Amino acid sequence: MLDKNGIAKRIAREVKDGMYVNLGIGIPTLVANYIPEGVNVVLQSENGILGMGPFPFEGEEDADLINAGKQTVTLLPGSSIFDSATSFGMIRAQKVDLTILGAMEVSEHGDIANWKIPGKMVKGMGGAMDLVASAKNIIVAMQHVNKAGESKLLPKCELPLTGIKCVKRIVTELAVLEVMSEGGFRLLERAPGVSVEQIKNATAGKLIVEGEIPEMSL
Amino acid sequence: MINRVVKNAEEATKDIKDNATLLVGGFGLCGIPENCIAALVKKGIKGLTCISNNAGVDDFGLGLLLQNKQIKKMVASYVGENAEFERQMLSGELEVELIPQGTLATRCLAAGYGMPVIYTPAGVGTEVAIGKPVRTFTYNGQTKEYLEEKAFEADFAIVKAWKGDTAGNLVFRYTARNFNPMIAMAGKITIAEVEELVEVGELDPNQIHTPGIYVHRIFKGEKYEKRIEQVTVRKK
Repeated sequence: MLDKNGIAKRIAREVKDGMYVNLGIGIPTLVANYIPEGVNVVLQSENGILGMGPFPFEGEEDADLINAGKQTVTLLPGSSIFDSATSFGMIRAQKVDLTILGAMEVSEHGDIANWKIPGKMVKGMGGAMDLVASAKNIIVAMQHVNKAGESKLLPKCELPLTGIKCVKRIVTELAVLEVMSEGGFRLLERAPGVSVEQIKNATAGKLIVEGEIPEMSL
Repeated sequence: MINRVVKNAEEATKDIKDNATLLVGGFGLCGIPENCIAALVKKGIKGLTCISNNAGVDDFGLGLLLQNKQIKKMVASYVGENAEFERQMLSGELEVELIPQGTLATRCLAAGYGMPVIYTPAGVGTEVAIGKPVRTFTYNGQTKEYLEEKAFEADFAIVKAWKGDTAGNLVFRYTARNFNPMIAMAGKITIAEVEELVEVGELDPNQIHTPGIYVHRIFKGEKYEKRIEQVTVRKK
């Protein structure tokens, strides 16, 4: 089974040289720590940065320079700053190659819910609806089951939707799965030490298992 | 050159009355018009509709107006950092409309460009789409559904810039730019507060982010706290 960093590490292998990538808040942010040397990517932050760098050194933080998670960040050489309309313009026009974000639920048709739990939590969708409606490639980083042990990979989302038919790939603490266009989660890889049986038990939506499922290498 | 300078935040906001609709710049606490917000708190006007990406935190930014119960309706994309906001929303005291961030930015842009509607795929198939016209377009080989969203109509737009000149031309600094340029374009009356106010001719025309035609009033903010929501650093 993977921890949060393990999920981030596995997702980092999906990031290819030359990509423009938008990382969501939470586990997706950790992906930046595991991008292999020699793979050059440009990180987009939807509040208006291309070429976002690491956190600043202590004492060098600047109130005018934050990421979409409102954390202080730095800029890398070649970076650019732009306004919010331009930022979502490049997202809508599919200039950003890869979007990695978290989810509360994903359906076997690629629908995603991640912004609201009626009566409990309403934080807002932020840029998530814009990102999922337009992104060419979306990878979701999430826990396979919730704290009560219930599956979050469902036949149909129960929570209010963020977007429909958009998720392509999911990485959880248990597995890597592909969302098929005709519906269903196709099992691609198992996390170290996790059996196909365990993944079946944790997946409420349609799970497609074809042949031998390899254990992921990290 | 036309002179857009007013004395201070009080003078800039003097004709903002109860029940006004305000567009307010900033992302989180970054690039927010601190001095105008303070002036509105002091004025005590009520029943405001505020359109802004966020709602501040409990004791700063638009959170100050919320605390004072001056806001009737909030239109925002993300409101996660504010407990008083959540309380007022759940109790029904505050009307809230949550909209996608890119939709918010583009509805401002549309207002500034004189276009009454935009079409965006954001929110198709979700509760954001309820009651909105949906159209299908084929563009660049992809056939998709798009929501029709309206340009904002606001009485006042309030923004914060780094530098401005007496003609109202604005320059923003780093990510404090965020929504400010499009919000500046979207107001019937736009008020800009700046850290540094200079004479015309001192800003390089090639470097202006917002042309002064969109800015009706400009003043140098008395003080800026520039609070940071999340200080994240690494060790040297």
